[in-house]
Amino acid sequence: MSDLTHLIPAAIADFANSATMNDLEVAKAKYLGKTGALTDALKGLGKLSNEDRPAAGAAINVVKQAVEGALTERREALLNAEQAKQLAQESIDVTLPARAQSLGGLHPVTLTLQRIEQLFHSIGFEVATGPEIETDFYNFTALNIPEDHPARAMHDTFYIDEANVLRTHTSPVQVRYMENALKNSKTPPLKIIAPGRVYRVDSDATHSPMFHQVEGLWVDEDISFANLKGVVQDFLQKFFERDDLVVRFRPSFFPFTEPSAEMDMSWNGGWLEIGGCGMVHPEVFKHVNVDHEKYRGFAFGLGVERLTMLRYGVNDLRHFFNNDLRFLSQFR
Amino acid sequence: MQFSENWLRSLVNTDLDSQALNHALTMAGLEVEEMQPVAAAFTKVVVGKILTTSKHPDADRLQICTVDVGNIVNGVSVPLQIVCGAPNARPGLLAPCAMVGAELPGFSIKEAKVRGVESFGMMCSSKELGLSAEATGLLELNFTAVVGQDIRQHLDLDDHLFTLKLTPNRSDCLSITGIARDVAAITGATTHFDAIEMVEAETQEAMTVVVGQSAACPRYCGRLVTGINAKAATPEWMVKRLERSGTRSISAIVDITNYVLLQLGQPMHAFDATKLSGNIEIRFANANESLLLLNDQDLALKADDLVIADAQGALALAGIMGGKASAVSDETTQVFLESAFFPPAVIAGKARRIGLSTDSSYRFERGVDFGNTRNALEYATTLIKQICGGQVGPVTEVISTLPLRTPVKLRLSRLVSVLGIPLMQADVAKILTQLDFAYILSNDVFTVTPPSYRFDISIEEDLIEEVARLHGYDHIPAIPPVACLDMLPAPEKRVHLNKLHDSLVAKGYQEIVNYSFVDKSWETDLLGNANPIALKNPIASNLSVMRTSLWGGLLDTLTYNLNRKQDRAFMFEVGAVYQKIGAAYVEETRISGLAYGSAMPEQWGVTCVDIDFFEVKAHVEALIGAGSEVSYEKAEHTTLHPGQSARILLNGKAIGWIGKLHPKWQQHYSLSKSTFLFELSTEAILARKLPAYQEVSKLLPVRRDLAVVLDADVAVDLILSTIKSANIPLINEVALFDLYQGPGVAENKKSLALSVLMHDTQKTLTDSDTDTAISNLLQLMQNKFGATLRN
Repeated sequence: MSDLTHLIPAAIADFANSATMNDLEVAKAKYLGKTGALTDALKGLGKLSNEDRPAAGAAINVVKQAVEGALTERREALLNAEQAKQLAQESIDVTLPARAQSLGGLHPVTLTLQRIEQLFHSIGFEVATGPEIETDFYNFTALNIPEDHPARAMHDTFYIDEANVLRTHTSPVQVRYMENALKNSKTPPLKIIAPGRVYRVDSDATHSPMFHQVEGLWVDEDISFANLKGVVQDFLQKFFERDDLVVRFRPSFFPFTEPSAEMDMSWNGGWLEIGGCGMVHPEVFKHVNVDHEKYRGFAFGLGVERLTMLRYGVNDLRHFFNNDLRFLSQFR
Repeated sequence: MQFSENWLRSLVNTDLDSQALNHALTMAGLEVEEMQPVAAAFTKVVVGKILTTSKHPDADRLQICTVDVGNIVNGVSVPLQIVCGAPNARPGLLAPCAMVGAELPGFSIKEAKVRGVESFGMMCSSKELGLSAEATGLLELNFTAVVGQDIRQHLDLDDHLFTLKLTPNRSDCLSITGIARDVAAITGATTHFDAIEMVEAETQEAMTVVVGQSAACPRYCGRLVTGINAKAATPEWMVKRLERSGTRSISAIVDITNYVLLQLGQPMHAFDATKLSGNIEIRFANANESLLLLNDQDLALKADDLVIADAQGALALAGIMGGKASAVSDETTQVFLESAFFPPAVIAGKARRIGLSTDSSYRFERGVDFGNTRNALEYATTLIKQICGGQVGPVTEVISTLPLRTPVKLRLSRLVSVLGIPLMQADVAKILTQLDFAYILSNDVFTVTPPSYRFDISIEEDLIEEVARLHGYDHIPAIPPVACLDMLPAPEKRVHLNKLHDSLVAKGYQEIVNYSFVDKSWETDLLGNANPIALKNPIASNLSVMRTSLWGGLLDTLTYNLNRKQDRAFMFEVGAVYQKIGAAYVEETRISGLAYGSAMPEQWGVTCVDIDFFEVKAHVEALIGAGSEVSYEKAEHTTLHPGQSARILLNGKAIGWIGKLHPKWQQHYSLSKSTFLFELSTEAILARKLPAYQEVSKLLPVRRDLAVVLDADVAVDLILSTIKSANIPLINEVALFDLYQGPGVAENKKSLALSVLMHDTQKTLTDSDTDTAISNLLQLMQNKFGATLRN
């Protein structure tokens, strides 16, 4: 029996020269096919003596395994190359823009309203609403602003008819809310904010005939003016995400609060007016039958556009109602 | 309220400088709206006297002046040579002279040669000193000017104009005296008010005063002054103070009444006494009475107008304005002076009713010190005698029940708990004393009697506010409240409005905010609402009615943005709409959207297709939420295309509209593409179902697809809902997956491809089971809609 080991390098060389799977199959047949060299050698074993057969068989097997090993190795290499080629073909430019519907956005005033609501919600304030076409009674009288009171002149009011106006502030919601709460046997503590549109006959660079306010009201047994300052300051610090913000109160006058104050906020070394506030006036409590000896409350009104302008650096109030999409789309 | 700082300082001596005074007033609730220096900063300008003038040799318009500025060298007066181009430069003229080294607004003065002639200073106009915007020549000074005196001192230019934004409760500060009083209370400074002299009567001439309505006029003081010179010049100091308070000098008598008003806060009136006949009567207007006011307004008086009248009729509208007929003039020789108190309730609203607000009505409707009525009359008399001469008659005073100053109790404990700061009894006592409020203290309760000039102290809170004000709001700390921690409800069957916003934002819509009042034509034409709620006093004619839909604003905003080169707009607004139903005004919050342009933004790999009805419908359904029984009913709307509009129903109840903008409106707004609109009631779509678990079948469903042909005008929604409500056994879900009209399907017919899902929770379905179910389904469609299976 001749030595077959020379087949191993020959097969390796043949396999390496096979560039495709088909070529490899042809090369394989040359050694392992029906008429392949190794197959022939195995067939020849029958002609050997019983004594010689095992050794010869073992020698062929060693060669066969080596050839098979080389075949498998080459097959895998070819397969890998093919896959690599396919993957390369499938490659894309991942930097191409995403394909999608464009995203819309909220109006900046809405963003502010949502933040205000979120912050006050976190200390237990509920949201209350009221009508924008308001009766003269709720807008003025119930808030201790009787007819002909000079304070009415401060409110350049839009009139609908004798008894109805476009609300000039969100304060009437206080009265409506307290009235309803008591009707439904809900007693203090009462904590609400009332966001919404309000209207004044005033239109220039710094005044809009329609704007937004948020009214806040907290009625409880032991609520003080110092607490009002505490809540407003806390709110502003959280809203502007600045711990160094300070609130300054200045004496003022609103018929429905006493003591009353204008709220100023420290800003870039100066003070900015951001709303009015005070302790709920006993007359207002009387209108809604809240015992003003037992309970006290504070109320405040914040200008939403003002807060929005400061928060986002908007320099002109008129942007908010022109609805130029190039402006609005900046708040996404 | 505008006033001169120096006038104020003449009544109260405070150490605070102008800025500090400004701050102190503001922090005490007398908000300083504006503080303006009377003159810009300048230096080294003195009173100069032109001694001689001569023509400049080389310039026609220039003169060479010698000017005395009080410069004395070795006992000899040394005038300056100054070249001057002012037309009014002449010998003897006293005018401001800026010396070499002077700093004027915008420039400085140096020795100079003007066309070859040396000049050592500059004679000044009021413009050059920054005192006026325009001037035609040198500022001419009168004889009281002392040569060499600093012009700032001579003209009292180191002064500020303060403008206070007073709140309606602080009528006591509508005078220099009142402000001085408050400054003293705030700062601890002392006031020095001149004692008011009671002027002795020199004649017995008087008018009889009859107060018919004592409640409307609890105090009236009047007096005749005869033999006056009404042409007398108002003294300069008075003119200056008036002008710096924003009051123009008119004539001596009028100026004096205005001066007393500003100094004491008491409105005064002077009648030309020669034009009066009979008694002076204070009464309400008679029927059909009229009065020609000083401003030429001819007023038909109403029954509740209080008037000052004589035998002939109404002379003046009490506390508001005098009448033309009895007005003083230069020819006036005798005046009847009036100083009265009218309670706020009598005057309030009357001036506004006739479109007026006068210095007098403004004060009376807020409250005038009834303790000072007589003093004001005496003070005015003194000034008239000083300036116009004349003989003074006796005072006629009619006094009835003046407003009570009821003592108000202030409990220390209440004060402390309302303010939230630990004030002591002594602190409060000190503040009340500073305020000049009389009080009795007993067991930590102050019983305070407010002064006659304070109309805003009637309950305990009024006093708490006063104490807080004087203590300083700045000294009240910010203290977070201590309270119970109750959780707030979190309803799950109702979504927050923010979710609706977010849903549309995710579909590409930008939120906008439009005015609630709109152009009337949007309502009447676009929306077909003949009677919108109208404003009585709109700010503009295009903002005159309340909207009943948000569409007008959306379309307007669309054109606004298309004009700014946008070619695609998805927008929405959330806001109220307003309706009058019977006598009631009803508001509803709507969420409304508009889509215009391509369905997707222009981008690579996507063919640009314009948005259509069914895509917008998907946006609407995302808003309403899954699990709601929403349906669409073909219906017409003025704004919408009649073939492409639907009323949206939720559980059978109409909740809104969706559709394509009517072509006529598309043309009206010059829109090149179709516009789609929707609007829903937010309240209707906030409700959600609470998810409830149902068993998931372990057996797999069987799907069969079938195509049926039926009449083209049968609504798909009707077919699907009919099938659903028929509850055919085993049939679980039927859905449309294709719709076809065209070759192969007869005209007026359409082919629907339906997928049918069947399952049984108990057993696996056999072919015969599903055949039966499908045959039942076809039978139903055949019966109800004449549908046939498509081959």
